[in-house]
Amino acid sequence: MTTLAVSRPATSAPRAVTRATGESPVVRWTLTAIALTFLAFTLVLPLALVFHQALAKGLADYWQAISEPDALSAARLTLLVASIAVPINLVFGVAAAWCISKFVFPGRNLLITLIDLPFAVSPVISGMIFVLLFGAHGWFGPWLVAHDIKIIFAVPGIVLATTFVTAPFVARELIPLMQEQGTEEEEAAIVLGANGWQTFFRVTLPNIKWGLLYGLILCNARAMGEFGAVSVVSGHIRGETNTLPLHVEILYNEYAFAASFAVASVLTLLAIVTLALKTLVERQQRKAAAEPVETHDTTGGIIA
Amino acid sequence: MSIEVRNLRKAFGGFVALDNVSLDVPGGELVALLGPSGSGKTTLLRIIAGLEPADQGTIHFHGEDATDQPVRERHVGFVFQHYALFRHMSVFENVAFGLRVRPREHRPPESEIRESVMKLLNLVQLDVLAKRRPSELSGGQRQRVALARALAVKPKVLLLDEPFGALDAKVRKELRRWLRRLHEEVHVTSVLVTHDQEEALEVSDRVVIMNEGRIEQSGTPEEVYEQPATPFVYGFLGDVNLFHGRIHQGRVAIGGGQVDAPGWADAQDQAGVAYVRTYEVELGLSPVGDSSLEAVVRHIRAFGPVVRLELDLVDGGRTMEAQIPRDRFESLAPSVGQRVFVLPTNVRVFPRMEAS
Repeated sequence: MTTLAVSRPATSAPRAVTRATGESPVVRWTLTAIALTFLAFTLVLPLALVFHQALAKGLADYWQAISEPDALSAARLTLLVASIAVPINLVFGVAAAWCISKFVFPGRNLLITLIDLPFAVSPVISGMIFVLLFGAHGWFGPWLVAHDIKIIFAVPGIVLATTFVTAPFVARELIPLMQEQGTEEEEAAIVLGANGWQTFFRVTLPNIKWGLLYGLILCNARAMGEFGAVSVVSGHIRGETNTLPLHVEILYNEYAFAASFAVASVLTLLAIVTLALKTLVERQQRKAAAEPVETHDTTGGIIA
Repeated sequence: MSIEVRNLRKAFGGFVALDNVSLDVPGGELVALLGPSGSGKTTLLRIIAGLEPADQGTIHFHGEDATDQPVRERHVGFVFQHYALFRHMSVFENVAFGLRVRPREHRPPESEIRESVMKLLNLVQLDVLAKRRPSELSGGQRQRVALARALAVKPKVLLLDEPFGALDAKVRKELRRWLRRLHEEVHVTSVLVTHDQEEALEVSDRVVIMNEGRIEQSGTPEEVYEQPATPFVYGFLGDVNLFHGRIHQGRVAIGGGQVDAPGWADAQDQAGVAYVRTYEVELGLSPVGDSSLEAVVRHIRAFGPVVRLELDLVDGGRTMEAQIPRDRFESLAPSVGQRVFVLPTNVRVFPRMEAS
């Protein structure tokens, strides 16, 4: 083998050519200013307004609005729904991503498309699907009525609708990650004598943990904030089938603006916490992804 | 622990990866499967490991049928081209993995695991890096970890799939020697897949040359190199010139000359292919009987102990390559554009397949 030694003359003269992807300061500042203005009007201002409106009538009223029984019940229901829908989607998402990324089978592309379905259809339609299936006049309606099982206008319906709408998050996050990682590590584990569970828990899961957590956070955020689908199946029964987003809407429609925004601010705070968590996880994920960078032993001629 | 492969067949859709392959690997030997990509060598290795099922045929380990044995019960060590180290585990934990996943009743106590892992890391000279993550190691170090990991479970056979394929030429050479020494020390039956002829010839006890799902030849490195059994092997091992010509009564006509074709005394004007290794020629400034080929020097690469020349044959206009020792080159002192005469000293003639 021959090695080519690449050496560059050591010149200190200023270069006439700047980086090909560089832009002049004017362009850079203008673009940045446009982006920031846009952000201020569409994100920061509304966010500030939520808190301003929420506190418009003072702290006492704020506290009153978020601690009255109906609001507490809505918060409880929201947490309950999320705590059921998220684990279901955790299991479903990991299983689906595992199937799709590690095996080739007929119907694989169909499955990938189906996973995206909840993203593609409007949440209202997602809700309607469940009403059509389980409502009193739906396909399974008569049977459900006969057996005294309530799904629509009850908690099971809300859980179903939320699970459906949030189904893609975990799977979508994991599929590209697991595809990129391939199956070699799993093969290595099995050759070394590991069984299926050991391979999953000791090799596969640790490799996808940050991506999985990221998917779960997004899934949870959507589960707590879902409005459209839940609105259709909930029936808006105060203290029973109202989630936080629905409660906000009801208060707003009753002209209880301060109370409505107070509850909205709680949801907003949850979203901010989620975002913070998400950023943290993303950072970890990037660190984990940066790890398997190839390092070579020899100092070959690298042209910078 | 010997490996016997019998009549193995494997197809992926319409592509036949292995076509009735039989192979014996005697216990303790290091055998190289050598061939171009797509020749079926990796498929054969993966079927031996149990990572891939065969369509037909059997595999025996030391006389015991392993054809339908699941991979985790075969007790093989497998080294992957891209290492396949567990990226979230330390070097130590990678090597310990095979021992830790054993069922409780067969799992050695922690102190024993620690001891045997450190012994192995010592063997691959990586004991000081035990706490590092795979990402903090160089390619060569990673592959040594992969080897230690495979050896940790005391495998019956060691299977290596292009283990040095992803490494730099220099590291590759180093690891090759190191693997040879390691094999002399551990003496586990090993099968190495490679497309690098130098690697195969240098490391292994026996070389199995594969092409298009079949075994072309198998033998010691000397045998396959000195006595290639088929045109493919001839072309695959070493730099070689190929001539098409007619064979007639022990002589073959190539490039305007008549060259001896040993073993073809009875041939009557038959189409043939002649192989001449680039270093099995002599160069002169005047013709030698009617056996030498007239040529014009086209290009000279004169570095190192051997000088390589590209020559345009006057008859037929084909280009051939010749290697001559430096001192011979200096006494001849040919220059580009000069007329020279090439005398092949060793010609191997195969009948031409009319179909191809």
